[in-house]
Amino acid sequence: MTRPLAGAEVAEGVQGALPGAGVKGEGGTIWVEARDLLPVARYLKEEPGLAMDCLANLTAVDYLDHFEVVYHLLSIQHNHSLVLKVRLEGREGLGVPSVTPLWKGADLQEREVYDLLGIAFSGHPNLKRILTWEGFPGHALRKDFV
Amino acid sequence: MALRTEPIVLNMGPQHPSTHGVFRMRVTFDGEVIVGLDPVFGYLHRGFDKLAESRTYTQFIPLTDRLDYLASMSNNFGYCLAVERLAGIEVPERAEYIRVIMAEMMRISSHLMAIGFFLNDCGAFFTPLLYMYREREKLLDLFDMVSGQRLTYNYMRIGGVSHDLPPEFLPALRKFVQEMPAFIDEYDQLLAENEILLARSKGVGILPREMAINASASGPVLRASGVKWDLRKKDPYSVYPRFDFDIPTAETGDCYDRYRVKVQEMRQSLRILEQALAQIPEGPVRAEGPHLVRPPRGEVYSRIEAPKGELGFYIVSDGSVAPYRLHVRGPSFINLTALREMCLGWKLADAIAILGSIDIVMGEVDR
Amino acid sequence: MDWLHWIAFAVFIVVFVLGMSMFGIWLERRGVARLQMRPGPNRAGPLGLLQPVADAVKILLKEDIVPERGDRLLHTLAPIVAFVPALMVFAVVPFWRGEGAGLVPDMNIGLVYLVAISSISIVGAFTAGWASNNKYSLMGAMRSMAQMVSYEVPLVLSLVGVALAAGSLSLVRIVEAQSVPFILLQPLGFLVYFLAALAELNRTPFDLLEAESEIVAGYHTEYSGMKFVMFYLGEYTHTLAAAAIGATLFLGGWKGPLLPPFLWFLIKVFALFVVIFWIRGTLPRLRVDQLMAFAWKFLLPLALVNIFLVAVEMSTQSLRTLWVMVAVNIVAGVLAVYLFSRLGRVRGGRVAV
Repeated sequence: MTRPLAGAEVAEGVQGALPGAGVKGEGGTIWVEARDLLPVARYLKEEPGLAMDCLANLTAVDYLDHFEVVYHLLSIQHNHSLVLKVRLEGREGLGVPSVTPLWKGADLQEREVYDLLGIAFSGHPNLKRILTWEGFPGHALRKDFV
Repeated sequence: MALRTEPIVLNMGPQHPSTHGVFRMRVTFDGEVIVGLDPVFGYLHRGFDKLAESRTYTQFIPLTDRLDYLASMSNNFGYCLAVERLAGIEVPERAEYIRVIMAEMMRISSHLMAIGFFLNDCGAFFTPLLYMYREREKLLDLFDMVSGQRLTYNYMRIGGVSHDLPPEFLPALRKFVQEMPAFIDEYDQLLAENEILLARSKGVGILPREMAINASASGPVLRASGVKWDLRKKDPYSVYPRFDFDIPTAETGDCYDRYRVKVQEMRQSLRILEQALAQIPEGPVRAEGPHLVRPPRGEVYSRIEAPKGELGFYIVSDGSVAPYRLHVRGPSFINLTALREMCLGWKLADAIAILGSIDIVMGEVDR
Repeated sequence: MDWLHWIAFAVFIVVFVLGMSMFGIWLERRGVARLQMRPGPNRAGPLGLLQPVADAVKILLKEDIVPERGDRLLHTLAPIVAFVPALMVFAVVPFWRGEGAGLVPDMNIGLVYLVAISSISIVGAFTAGWASNNKYSLMGAMRSMAQMVSYEVPLVLSLVGVALAAGSLSLVRIVEAQSVPFILLQPLGFLVYFLAALAELNRTPFDLLEAESEIVAGYHTEYSGMKFVMFYLGEYTHTLAAAAIGATLFLGGWKGPLLPPFLWFLIKVFALFVVIFWIRGTLPRLRVDQLMAFAWKFLLPLALVNIFLVAVEMSTQSLRTLWVMVAVNIVAGVLAVYLFSRLGRVRGGRVAV
């Protein structure tokens, strides 16, 4: 069975390795501040006990007053999984560092989130719209789009 | 004096006999060698995520049929599993067995088509494909018996399946399971040592193990690269723990290995079907409870091993009859992440063969 | 009134050959369909025999589209240049016994004539690709040039072996010299001829020109209507021409025990035709670099080995007995094929980008 890791434990481990990082564990989820996303993700990927070598799913949710970017991480070596979330306040000018340097699988999925929800990923090699056409007005999956 | 040459950009456009649907690749060639590849998606984007927000959970089931339309019931399965996890609904045992039987039949049907079309892309002009279709017709007759449909079945419901199997179904399935191994051996014998197929696919489009994991590949693509990862064993769902089967893998990750893995998977699916047919109990086929499902607030990410890879559903519920947010993790979409790396340095014919071996369905890619 | 005689024979050849082509189209469609376990065309006429006629009528009624920025003159000229040489082959192939066979007087350089005109259709193919102003067509035309020119060499060399064994370049003499069909006498030569002819005809496994799954339809993507008919029929006429040449040179032409010689000739031609489309229904296709490697590294050396063997045998009196030659050649042929298939590498690799 793929064991879902406890967010609090993982958050402690992260705090130990990267003191001052904005992480918080809660249930099966670990919350990270947007500015600390890359170092924390790198730690999660490279730490031998965690070894999150596969990004199973990357998506985002529109909660009207804030957005959440959700990463489902998976370790093929150890067969455990973890949910990582980044909370972004507001509705305009949203940005998050891209994790494509760590997991190539994020490439197309980040483009999809940018296209449908309007969250920009800084450092993405090719951040263009993917499912709608170039010049599509607005972001289709937002709650205020029709 | 060196010859001044220019690279040529060719558009293997949405309308093309061999891109498995409306998929577009802008390929840059230097002579016949591919030096750049830019896939363009979105020609079949129908907005599944948005549509889910204005439909009840049960109303969304027919839409999941249209995701991977060549293996529709697998999508139904994945979706119903996700909602049941969210709402805490127990599925009766007979329904679980029926679902597993349907899922494995879909796997066989999908792989038959995948192999047939892969050989079509290699140039074998339909002969292997039509041989595979001969078997697929038997499967489609079985599906017709169960749900009245040949392509998009809409058979599963949240809490079980929609209605019980007709009495003539299980004997017919038993007969199919008995005859099929001979046919798979026939295909293997005709194709596996074919000189030209080997020359076209061995060593072509290698996806190394590390890149496969990093690019979130899943399904036969991942297993052909040497990673023994199958959700039915590693993260079992439904009644899969009760069955005894193997996970076929291969070492290199070239097109030929992807073909071999699919053939072996068909054999393993037949094993599972035999065991399921022997163990299936009597009983209700649908959980008691309201048909209009209102899962409590919360979220779930649930995944199954669909024929093409890891099919995941991420559902956020706010307690009402429609999901607040539903995201479909389509395996074909994510398997295409590594397409560029696999194709660079090869020739035009290889790009088509590589795309055929990854086995995509545009319904899943664009959703 | 000689010119009347000529015109009558020319019309007769054209009608007869086109009739055979249409029959060939029907045979291929039914044959490939049966290989794929489906019935094939069976609606138009009894057993679907009128299917090619129906197709021809349909295509003739279609609009003739010329791409806007294509070259109009070349676009119209290309199908003609591709089609006519196939018809011209039938002028020298002997249909029945005796002098004046082949419907025109015997050419004593028949073999050279054949080789010369079969090269002309290459120009037609390339012109078609160029005049269409379409990248797919251009790529198809490039590949076609490379393929056809490369395979001319083993083709011609295999014919040289036949000429050596028969001692003449005239097709009538070659048929008469075959007391034992040359396929037994020169199995290697037949193999090289057959494979080279398949490649010249753009037939599977060498059909990457019309690889539907890759470049749509290659150099005849932009053709419709009458011009397309010329390409389509031209392909089948070429196939029949190659089969006819093969039957004449290697299977003994019109020779055979009971039936009239004309019937034997037709049987042999269609036997080769059946083998050709049988291969089409069975095998996948090769990639372009593998194709080139196959021609230059495999067929060419085999053709040279064949010529060497035949030359040595014809000049040594002791080896000139028929059955000795047959045995030696078959053994040598098998050995050569085996050795070269082990030694040569047909697979290209990934190019560093």
